[in-house]
Amino acid sequence: MMRAEQLFKTFNPGTPIENPVLRGLSLTIESGQFVTVIGSNGAGKSTLLNAISGDLFVDSGSLHIDDQDVTRMPAWQRAGMVARVFQDPMAGTCEGLSIEENMALAWHRGRSRGFGRAIRAEQRELFRDKLAMLKLGLENRLADRIDLLSGGQRQAVSLLMASLQPSRILLLDEHTAALDPKTAAFVLELTDRIVQENKLTAMMVTHSMRQALDHGHRTVMLHQGRVVLDVSGDERKQMQVSDLLAMFEKTRGEQIDDDALLLG
Amino acid sequence: MTPIALMGALEIGLIFALVALGVLISFRTLDFPDLTADGSFPLGGAVAATLIAGGHDPWLACAFAALAGAASGLVTAWLHVRLNILQLLASILVMIALYSINLRIMGAPNMPLIGSPTVFAPFIGEALENSWLVQPAVLAVIIVATKIGLDLFFASQTGLAMRATGANPRMARAQGVATERMVLSGMALSNALIALAGALYVQTQGGADVSMGVGTIVVGLAAVIIGETLLPSRKLWVITLATIIGALLYRLLIAVALNADFIGLQAQDLNLITALLVGGALVLPQLKAKLRRKGGKAS
Ligand SMILES: Nc1ncnc2c1ncn2[C@@H]1O[C@H](COP(=O)(O)OP(=O)(O)O)[C@@H](O)[C@H]1O
Ligand SMILES: [Mg+2]
Repeated sequence: MMRAEQLFKTFNPGTPIENPVLRGLSLTIESGQFVTVIGSNGAGKSTLLNAISGDLFVDSGSLHIDDQDVTRMPAWQRAGMVARVFQDPMAGTCEGLSIEENMALAWHRGRSRGFGRAIRAEQRELFRDKLAMLKLGLENRLADRIDLLSGGQRQAVSLLMASLQPSRILLLDEHTAALDPKTAAFVLELTDRIVQENKLTAMMVTHSMRQALDHGHRTVMLHQGRVVLDVSGDERKQMQVSDLLAMFEKTRGEQIDDDALLLG
Repeated sequence: MTPIALMGALEIGLIFALVALGVLISFRTLDFPDLTADGSFPLGGAVAATLIAGGHDPWLACAFAALAGAASGLVTAWLHVRLNILQLLASILVMIALYSINLRIMGAPNMPLIGSPTVFAPFIGEALENSWLVQPAVLAVIIVATKIGLDLFFASQTGLAMRATGANPRMARAQGVATERMVLSGMALSNALIALAGALYVQTQGGADVSMGVGTIVVGLAAVIIGETLLPSRKLWVITLATIIGALLYRLLIAVALNADFIGLQAQDLNLITALLVGGALVLPQLKAKLRRKGGKAS
């Protein structure tokens, strides 16, 4: 369970470019729930995910994961509870390291690191098996540098990496936005499979309303740093993209000029 | 060049291989441009010379020199991660502070070690007839042991975490790596190696001098760059090997250049040659890339 209460975050406070991004955001996600997150650019979606992962600290408010207060806990200490896949395929993997070294890093997420070998034979086997599930032929390229992979391949590996160790919450920040439609569909399908198989609690930010309704159990919309819409259950099942769009427009109080982008 | 001159070049090359391995950790592994070396190299020399002159065991002196070097690297890293001082500036501050500290440690601008025990002494004959061979041999053993140790470390869980810290700190933190701690310990390790090199250097040169550190970082960097130019690889054991070869080659090149009378170079030209060499090696890959791009456009 993840519980965010009254989160506030202002960038560059006290300057001409002061930017209040989170403005009293509260959100609770029960264990095993898969929540999709939508909202216009600058609504604070990434900032919320960064706050949950500890990449940044909120100015006020509190964050709990299960019953532990993590509001002031640095990102590396939360890593055992929080798994992430970034929007930028470069950000989630380590350039210059091989595929297996990247996976070994993730295999030790939330565990203490000693001076034993980072990659043992049995781990290599495990990595090979996991990669084989992707059907991308990566199981034969364990020693290849990760930067030789395409963006889609890297996101698929990032997803695997995020699932090597248990987590209390998985954060996906527009992790298919940088991919072509076909690859995006593949990574999205993989996301569903991994979340279901591991019964993960997950938050997925997406810019597509279609995706937001088609995946997960619940959809929330952020606007100006607050949750303005929260649908789940039957209400959500009956919802069409057009309904969502109408609400989106209402909250924005303005016409959306590029419907195609949001219907995608 | 005489065999003795050749072995002399090799000897200094081996010592600077240690410096270069230290530089590899800061500049390459951690992506931390660190100039502390110009202070931590003479720091190691000053600590070792003072202890040896005070009648202590030379190996113990080396150990304390390495510890002192580790402390200096720790201070540089701390200035950066805790006080947010720019990496380069933090290391320059420590470097100049060390100049005073080294003078304090030795109590004088230099400290001769003629006739004092050294780590090499037990293997050297009465008449010093084999010292030109023994010193490089002992140094070679130390370098090989250090290389193997570093290779094992880089392949370990902590070593991998350190490499990730330099390559992508945000991702490293997301994987539970305490990146600040990694920078602190990596910088300590780097400068421990460099100070150890200083401690060995004073024992081969028969004394310490407060100005012996000038240009250390540039020589270390030169070795790293020569190594990666000659033996480009992503495998760490190859990279450490290339770095050592780079240091040896660099000293040999310098020795040849200084020995060739017709070029008219003298010992005081050393830093100038080094600067030109490193500058050239840094620019060369860019030139190559530019040429390739131009070629691509034309075709
Ligand atoms: N580290 C930062 N420093 C300053 N401003 C930031 C920072 N991160 C995000 N912002 C700003 O905060 C606002 C919200 O950003 P973000 O949370 O990324 O929005 P989105 O909902 O599109 O993901 C944007 O205006 C962005 O420019
Ligand atoms: Mg965003």
